Amino acid sequence: MNNLIIGQYFPGDSYLHRLDPRSKLISVFILVCIIFIANSWTTYGMLFLFTCISVAASKLPLRFIYRGLKPVFFILLFTFIVNVLSMDGGKPLIDYGVIHITSGGLVFSIFITLRITIIVMITTLLTLTTPPISFADGIEVLFSPLKKIKVPVHEFALMMSISLRFIPTLMEETDKIMKAQAARGSDLSTGPLRQRMKAIVPLLVPLFVSSFKRADDLAMAMESRGYRGDVGRTRFRELKWSSSDSIVLVLVIFLVTALILMRIRGI
Amino acid sequence: MKQKENPIIDVSNVYYRYEKETNWILEDINLTVYQGEWLAITGHNGSGKSTLAKCLKGLIMPEKGTISVLHWDTTDKEKLWDIRRTVGMVFQNPDNQFVGATVKDDVAFGMENSGIERQEMLKRLETSLKQVRMFDYVDREPHQLSGGQKQRVAIAGIIALEPSIIILDEATSMLDPEGRKSVMKLMRHLNKENNITVISITHDLEEVIHADRMIVMNDGKVIKEGKPRDLFQSTNDFEKVGLDLPFTIKLRRCLKEKGLEISDNALFEEELVNELWTLYSTN
Repeated sequence: MNNLIIGQYFPGDSYLHRLDPRSKLISVFILVCIIFIANSWTTYGMLFLFTCISVAASKLPLRFIYRGLKPVFFILLFTFIVNVLSMDGGKPLIDYGVIHITSGGLVFSIFITLRITIIVMITTLLTLTTPPISFADGIEVLFSPLKKIKVPVHEFALMMSISLRFIPTLMEETDKIMKAQAARGSDLSTGPLRQRMKAIVPLLVPLFVSSFKRADDLAMAMESRGYRGDVGRTRFRELKWSSSDSIVLVLVIFLVTALILMRIRGI
Repeated sequence: MKQKENPIIDVSNVYYRYEKETNWILEDINLTVYQGEWLAITGHNGSGKSTLAKCLKGLIMPEKGTISVLHWDTTDKEKLWDIRRTVGMVFQNPDNQFVGATVKDDVAFGMENSGIERQEMLKRLETSLKQVRMFDYVDREPHQLSGGQKQRVAIAGIIALEPSIIILDEATSMLDPEGRKSVMKLMRHLNKENNITVISITHDLEEVIHADRMIVMNDGKVIKEGKPRDLFQSTNDFEKVGLDLPFTIKLRRCLKEKGLEISDNALFEEELVNELWTLYSTN
């Protein structure tokens, strides 16, 4: 149970790890939006190159990126095949019964697949290099202007950080309940799927009951330590915007401008 | 021991129940707590001792009667946050009071709520964690700590706010003997050195013998009050309300039943040992 990694965060001390969560969040958001502007080999090439440079800057083992891509591998393949078969344009390459592939369709399919790959890679990179708690901080600060229109940003961020803090606790508890049920003869790991699903119910009920008890205790403890929402609160965890954050943001803006110009000029 | 004459908490004629028309959980409680003392409140499960603790901290309000903490009435909404800062409370379950993602975040939580500046926070974080001897664990996450360590972090979070009173609400009941010992040792140190008033709520009478004064509760009423040494002179009443006597007291009683001439004074193991080995030499 020790040293359990919550989410996907992989501790390290690379350029990307040291960036402020705010600059990372903004950059990823912009990049995911801008990717829909790309429509040529050059533009996709630029974006892919940028992503690869980011991966290199994260100093993460490549298998981590691969692990992020693995769950979407099937989706990638599926989109590729569907697009290849359904898109038309350019020279016909293969024309055999229902299978009808054109060069334009092939190129378009490659673009679409590349687009999803880049999106997944960038977001994976974000979650791999940002501790969940900084993530919550970054979101709280970035969305704090919304407090003016009464959006409970602080409460939401606190909720996030508390749920993150309780994940290992609840996992430990699940483990304990599972063992207690197993000691009473319940079988969770064998038998047909239906039966196994049924065996989960006596696991979830005590877990829910104890979670409510925990929530109640926690609320009492928080109140007793003077918590009263976002009133007169100072912050202990500090976000530091450094020059490298500005550099990254400038780079991203530069990339965006280039992509927009190239789209207009039709490069 | 002069400062022990200054009352810090005053409870008078307090009644409390969870719902109207039900039985009183607390019935006509009168109690004074003096500054710098260690007061133990003991009683069987459901005797109302934890409810009383929550009243003292302003987490719940009495139906009748008044409670004042440092001359602030707990029903005074404006002073409520001052009371909560002055009175720290350590709860039973070490996990369910750990709010922060790491040790330092948890200690900072209370300070953040009080609006303390970050520079000051860092200073207090270090001193309070050093006091509970948890400074080496500053970046640890709660699931990497033992129960006793978590309780010590909770205490650090409280002393960072420089409280006058700390209430231990069954704070050691879920700990192993090692953790229990370390928490009690720390609290005795804070009581003596920092002059923090300690109210320890427990059904473990082994803990009670170290207190300056003790209160026994049963069915929402205070049935006994006094120094542990005096109250343990007669042992029958404790067992009547379902409390398990400390080992020394039990042993003392058994030896007396066997016909040994031992006084009713020995409270600690060492005292009993001294009495035993001097038993025949005085005769």
